[in-house]
Amino acid sequence: MAAALLSGCGPQYLVLHPVGPAGRQELNLIIISVILIAIVIVPTIAIFFFVIFRYRNTPGNKAKYTPEWSESKTLEIVWWSIPIIIVGFLSAFTAKTTFALTRPPEQNVTPITIHVTSLDWKWLFQYPGQGVATVNYCEIPTGVPIQFVLTSDAPMNSFWVPQLGGQEYTMPGMAMGLWLQADKSGTYYGHGANFTGSGFAHDNFNVIATSDAQFNQWVKDTKSTAPALTLTGYNHLKQPSTMGTASYSSFPPGLFHNVVWADGGQYMPKTMQGANAGMNDTNSTSSNH
Amino acid sequence: MPEALKHFTDTYLMWNEGYLIWISDILIALTSIGIVATLTYFKKWKWLWKEWLTTVDHKKIGIMYMIAALLMMFRGGADAMLLRTQLASPNSKFLTPDHYDQIFTTHGTIMILFMAMPLIFAMFNIAVPLQIGARDVAFPYLNAVSFWLFFFGAMLFNISFVFGGSPDAGWVSYPPLTELGFDKGPGENFYLLSLQISGIGSIATGINFLATILKMRAPGMKLMKMPLFTWSVVAASIVIIFAFPALTIALALLMLDRIVGTHFFTMLHGGDPMMYVNLFWIWGHPEVYIVVLPAFGIFSEVVATFARKRIFGYNSMVASLLLISVISYFVWAHHFFTMGAGADVNTFFAVASMMVAIPTGVKVFNWLFTMYRGRISFELPMLWTLAFVPNFIIGGATGVMLAVAPADYQYHNSYFLIAHFHQVLIAGPVFGLLAGMYYWWPKMFGFKLDERIGRIAFWLFNIGFYVCFMPQYALGFKGMQRRMYTYPAGMGWHTLNLISTIGAYVMGLGFLFIVVQIVYSMKHGERDVTGDPWNGRTLEWSLPSPVPHYNFAVIPQVTDRDMWWLMKQEGRADELRKFDAAAIHDIHMPKNSGRPFLMGLAFFVAGFGFVFNWYVLAVIGLVGVALTMILRAFEWDDEYHIPAEEVLEAEAALGRV
Repeated sequence: MAAALLSGCGPQYLVLHPVGPAGRQELNLIIISVILIAIVIVPTIAIFFFVIFRYRNTPGNKAKYTPEWSESKTLEIVWWSIPIIIVGFLSAFTAKTTFALTRPPEQNVTPITIHVTSLDWKWLFQYPGQGVATVNYCEIPTGVPIQFVLTSDAPMNSFWVPQLGGQEYTMPGMAMGLWLQADKSGTYYGHGANFTGSGFAHDNFNVIATSDAQFNQWVKDTKSTAPALTLTGYNHLKQPSTMGTASYSSFPPGLFHNVVWADGGQYMPKTMQGANAGMNDTNSTSSNH
Repeated sequence: MPEALKHFTDTYLMWNEGYLIWISDILIALTSIGIVATLTYFKKWKWLWKEWLTTVDHKKIGIMYMIAALLMMFRGGADAMLLRTQLASPNSKFLTPDHYDQIFTTHGTIMILFMAMPLIFAMFNIAVPLQIGARDVAFPYLNAVSFWLFFFGAMLFNISFVFGGSPDAGWVSYPPLTELGFDKGPGENFYLLSLQISGIGSIATGINFLATILKMRAPGMKLMKMPLFTWSVVAASIVIIFAFPALTIALALLMLDRIVGTHFFTMLHGGDPMMYVNLFWIWGHPEVYIVVLPAFGIFSEVVATFARKRIFGYNSMVASLLLISVISYFVWAHHFFTMGAGADVNTFFAVASMMVAIPTGVKVFNWLFTMYRGRISFELPMLWTLAFVPNFIIGGATGVMLAVAPADYQYHNSYFLIAHFHQVLIAGPVFGLLAGMYYWWPKMFGFKLDERIGRIAFWLFNIGFYVCFMPQYALGFKGMQRRMYTYPAGMGWHTLNLISTIGAYVMGLGFLFIVVQIVYSMKHGERDVTGDPWNGRTLEWSLPSPVPHYNFAVIPQVTDRDMWWLMKQEGRADELRKFDAAAIHDIHMPKNSGRPFLMGLAFFVAGFGFVFNWYVLAVIGLVGVALTMILRAFEWDDEYHIPAEEVLEAEAALGRV
């Protein structure tokens, strides 16, 4: 069933065609859950149709009729146990993957940190290690774990790139982590997933995965050709509007940290750890997913 | 003057927003004129006031709940049609983004709070006192108050679309999007106040029915001899009593943020929007069990009746109802697995959420084995029950898939989720309550609903249902988010959306057939002269249809679970159908009162005042609320006795003496 599900669905089924380890682990879990559940529901639906056909109230129906039969310890033990066992198995798989996704998918490669800020209605990406910034698109190298650190300087949103993996909310005053990685070059659709008001439908962006060399070249080009993002420029971006893409050769130092702090991070020192991540190109942040 | 007038029509009546507003205005005006004209022409104003608006009779309150719920189903359904029309093609310009946002918000809010809730309360009121052999609920006056609070709350919510603008932040209404900084308009205030007003009524109903069932059962009806629908009402009432206060608090704090300028949910001064999200779902998840548990109860009654067999595994059924109501408090965080909780928290809530499948699965097996070795007849209540089973199995399965936290990172906020909750919330509460409506209709009105038109409605609604929602699972895998008013052409979402829209239209057609069926049956429906049209099993079927004002002339003695069935089997049915004149005594009943209606109206005025910050109006409304309460406190003479002779006469006229 799971195989049929996969083979029958073209590449437009983004969730079923992951290109990174996080998306793949999630897809595996989806397949496992479908199989485990099918073990119960397929026979149950079959029994259902058999029963309503066999015991229908028609004149010549010779099937047994026991109007007072209403208890059977054995049968009831059977169907209390079946779901318990299935849920037990599924719980084990779930726990394992939940914890696995909080770690970087690749331990031997130095990760890159990208600070993501959702605005009304656009996405700002800052690269603390590279010193560049972009709006509504995000360049990443393939094969390198990316630590996205997420916040919002607008209503809550949710950062979702289906082919790389599942989403995580962006919330004002908090900085939360999400590990993703692309194994193949390509352009991947991303979108804000949590409703943010009238421009929400146009709140999309692309993640562009390229080879390491191309990524470094892109950083270099951006640094030399793009304008700088100033504080005034940021405040302009913050105004509710939709727009195309933009690139910046630099951004005000500490912008991400300051935004999280000003939006209420000062009251939640714990969530500020994420906001400092990547500043010294370290990998000290603890991720929540 | 024209300047001021234009300001009024633009700001409050929104006549500058285009045809959708104008059409709504015209429809509302026509309906209102129609109602007023009809009542005046047939001289029914006095009748309306005496028989309905002031009634404290649970049966009439139940009927009013049901009519209101069906009207709200129409409103919410019309919203759905507009949404689906907009989504039928990419880059559609049928609705503006602002109207789309308002309509998906009102669709969700109305369907959960102003359609599903009154529909379950309709069934509580119609069936529970009759099933347990009681003459009314424990607090009949409070019951009327509950209804009018719901009714005026719903009115306040509905009027928003044409007066001031509807809420547009989704039925969950998360801050900070709903805080003043992002949302200045009155829409959000409409949401907060109308839910608050009707929520008070819901808590009172929960208390009322728990008290009724615990204290007013007929002699001999031990807890484990209660019909399963009554058990499901116990479970749902407990959940209402514990869950609704959380909503009340969440709404009140958000309202304070908006009206007084506090910072409970804004981060800027040390508040936290996560607190709202937690409070909302501590109510919100139990809420879905509040509306589905009574449906489970109805299915249990219907399956036993139409399979002509005792319910299988009664003890398990009771245990699973109560287990579901307990587990429902330990799953709320699965609505926000993706809001940064740690892996440990997510694992806990994932496992707890999957555990709901255990008692629910047991119920499905027990329904199957009630039918096994039975004799199944396929009348309308049973058809809806049978349609529920495979639907709910699939919806339950996708529910377990959603509970798997890491997989949920991919489903969350996508159309996969939309498909799942429509499948469980329509197959559960809506099919269940339609089954209940068909089942108890003859008991309420004395005639059956037409079988042939009902079957057409049934097939249209069911086929439309699968056509509408199955493609939405696929859209989720294709990465389509919920709440987008439009989508681009290149994503491969178009065909599936178009199919889904066609399905929605077919469902809408099915609903229209239900309306036709009701109107047609008023004149042509088969009259029920026996009081027991389905060969029922529980006490309500021993009463005549429609049931006399006082329900039971003589309160029955109960010795068995399926009491009425047993008595028919043993040839003792006449013990409940033919009485000795000597056995009939005076009956003690509550008096009608116009005050619950006026209290609801006062709440409406106060709510309306707060929506627009018109504090004079708000204070006038609050004074009205206080007055009705004070007058109630000093009311001593609110009961009367129906003399035995009158009861005797009424029963004799029904041939029951």
